[in-house]
Amino acid sequence: MQKSPQLNSHGELQHLLTIEGLPRDVLTHILDAAAPFSEVAEREVKKVPLLRGKSVFNLFFENSTRTRTTFEIAAKRLSADVINLNINTSSANKGETLLDTADNLAAMQADMFVVRHASSGAPFLIAQHMAATGRDHIHVVNAGDGRHAHPTQGLLDMYTIRHYKTDFTQLTIAIVGDVLHSRVARSQIHALTTLGVPEVRVIAPKTLLPTGIERLGVRVFHDMREGLRGVDVVMMLRLQNERMQGALLPSTQEYFKSYGLTPEKLALAKPDAIVMHPGPMNRGVEIDSAVADGGQAVILPQVTFGIAVRMAVMAMLAGN
Amino acid sequence: MKIHIRNGRLIDPASKTDKALDLFIAAGRIVGVGHAPAGFEANSVLDATGCIVCPGLVDLAARLREPGFEYRATLESEMAAAAAGGVTRLACPPDTDPVLDEPGLVEMLTHRARLPDFAHVHPVGALTLQLEGKALTEMAELAEAGCVAFGQANRAIVDTQVLLRAMMYAATFDFPVWLQAQDPFLARKGVAHDGEVAARLGLAGIPVAAETIALATILHLARETGARVHVTRISSAAGVEMIVAARAAGIAVTCDVAIHHLHLCEMDVGFFDAHARLDPPLRSQRDRDALRAGLVSGAINALCSDHTPVDDDAKQMPFEEAEVGATGLELLLPLTLKWAQEMNLPLVTALARVTSDPAHILGVKAGRLALGAAADICVFDPAAEFRVTRENLRSQGKNTPFLGFELPGRVRYTLIDGHLAFDGTLS
Repeated sequence: MQKSPQLNSHGELQHLLTIEGLPRDVLTHILDAAAPFSEVAEREVKKVPLLRGKSVFNLFFENSTRTRTTFEIAAKRLSADVINLNINTSSANKGETLLDTADNLAAMQADMFVVRHASSGAPFLIAQHMAATGRDHIHVVNAGDGRHAHPTQGLLDMYTIRHYKTDFTQLTIAIVGDVLHSRVARSQIHALTTLGVPEVRVIAPKTLLPTGIERLGVRVFHDMREGLRGVDVVMMLRLQNERMQGALLPSTQEYFKSYGLTPEKLALAKPDAIVMHPGPMNRGVEIDSAVADGGQAVILPQVTFGIAVRMAVMAMLAGN
Repeated sequence: MKIHIRNGRLIDPASKTDKALDLFIAAGRIVGVGHAPAGFEANSVLDATGCIVCPGLVDLAARLREPGFEYRATLESEMAAAAAGGVTRLACPPDTDPVLDEPGLVEMLTHRARLPDFAHVHPVGALTLQLEGKALTEMAELAEAGCVAFGQANRAIVDTQVLLRAMMYAATFDFPVWLQAQDPFLARKGVAHDGEVAARLGLAGIPVAAETIALATILHLARETGARVHVTRISSAAGVEMIVAARAAGIAVTCDVAIHHLHLCEMDVGFFDAHARLDPPLRSQRDRDALRAGLVSGAINALCSDHTPVDDDAKQMPFEEAEVGATGLELLLPLTLKWAQEMNLPLVTALARVTSDPAHILGVKAGRLALGAAADICVFDPAAEFRVTRENLRSQGKNTPFLGFELPGRVRYTLIDGHLAFDGTLS
């Protein structure tokens, strides 16, 4: 087995590519480090100088407004110079390769790449290429790659859970929805199992679960009511509209009926259960508005915490 | 030219010989095994001390990338790789550009390949025009031009009626049909074995059922048509079981496995190593173990390199976008030896899978060291190590998941029709 490409030769975190394989103390350290950053946002001058003089390139090969914006805010609050690049890979005229793009930006003295890409593993390729060409001063943060990982989302979810629930080792947590296509779910599962959550459940129809998902340490439920019984946290996943094609699901209506989170189904969870969603939500598809806007939802705090967690990650990787 | 190969350990799987015997060659043929014919005077003596002398390897799948993909490899580069790997005879799949579906193209390829340093080339003709799975090719004409079998490379015939008719037509002339068993619908968009690793890495999976369903179709139609079917690149335990059962039921079917699937499994995808992006995908450890055992028992008839040189640009991409395939001509022998060591297999049995057995599938009298046979010979040092590096590979394709491996066995001499095509003592 190759050495994890996110660690440098001293075993320190050089890039953040996936949560899988990160030790518990590293995760805890990031969550601890994020706490003071959430206070920065409360100040009149919302800036600290940790990345002053550093150039952060947001390299988005796939559209995303929210994630790109939160990364941009995080980097700016750390006083970095932020350059946003939206590179449309869907255009027929493919142009330069991923590594050529990375090389060109590296030549512009980039210090960090925040990469979003439709193909699983794309940020690994960039990180491995930087290592192979001796550019150890460049850090890569995975901002979502294909179906594989979205580590900062996973971390901000952990931060949110810790904020409301304190002790991971006492929790039962359900992840609901399209696990098959979800990089968020994979990062959540690795984070939760690493942090010692004794029972992580996934709830979905068989068509939306990858083969062998149990081996990641989760309990599989197909009946949402059964799966939600007694849980402390409900983590909803986004269902993309294109999943209605290709014989994965018959209709959004039927999906909502079986797997949509309604107040009635949520009542099966613990009374103090929280409801999370990585956004953007499809109201009436995976979540009922009454739940999304209800008292148990912590969906907007997730967004706020996301900035602090991303600041912590960036500061940890490239901080002065 | 008269050559004496002396002091070697001669292994000839066809005659089950494994003995210290010298070999004598004249006019491109073997004229003496053990002792020289009367009046033999060698022009050249090749020292095989410490070496094994065996038939040149016969590889059932080597893409030479000509015509059409010369930026990936050329006949010259890949024939040098073949000779360096001890391969003296190879079959090349029809997925060139243009596809090998016209006699003229086949004639041109075989003509271009007819050089003394070059391995014997047997083109596999396209079973359908453009490999599109719609219309039959002129198989009789293609056979006259030199095709030994007809296949689809790794493109499926979706329409089962076309498949049935293609097999019927081939069976009319007793032409062998070589087919890869992979259902294109179940494999659609898939890039890795549908299992734990694909689940973890977020890669779209190709289930084992893609192989077994296609295999069931092929085997049923083989029985129906009486076509001589060879299944290429089997990848799963379930697939091997089906082959065994089909043979027990009287269906004439042979199959092969690629070196990659014999040694690697889904775990070797590691952190998105594009070199491990192969077709069919590397499957589970259990599948790999069944392939290894199946090749020992003979359930799988032959081991091939599935040599597919790919340029760096097409590999330095995210896993799912990278081109499939790996270079392999120079790894066929070392990986055969590694498998034999690990399975505790006598070399005479192991080498059969890359010499006499694939020659039998090709339907050619080759892969043996008999008196009068063409002097296609591989002399290798089993104790020497071959370190797989970009520099050590002569193939233009440097793409292999085995980069960095130390493998057993290094070729000292390769002779093709009695001509010294590779001399490892010079490098």
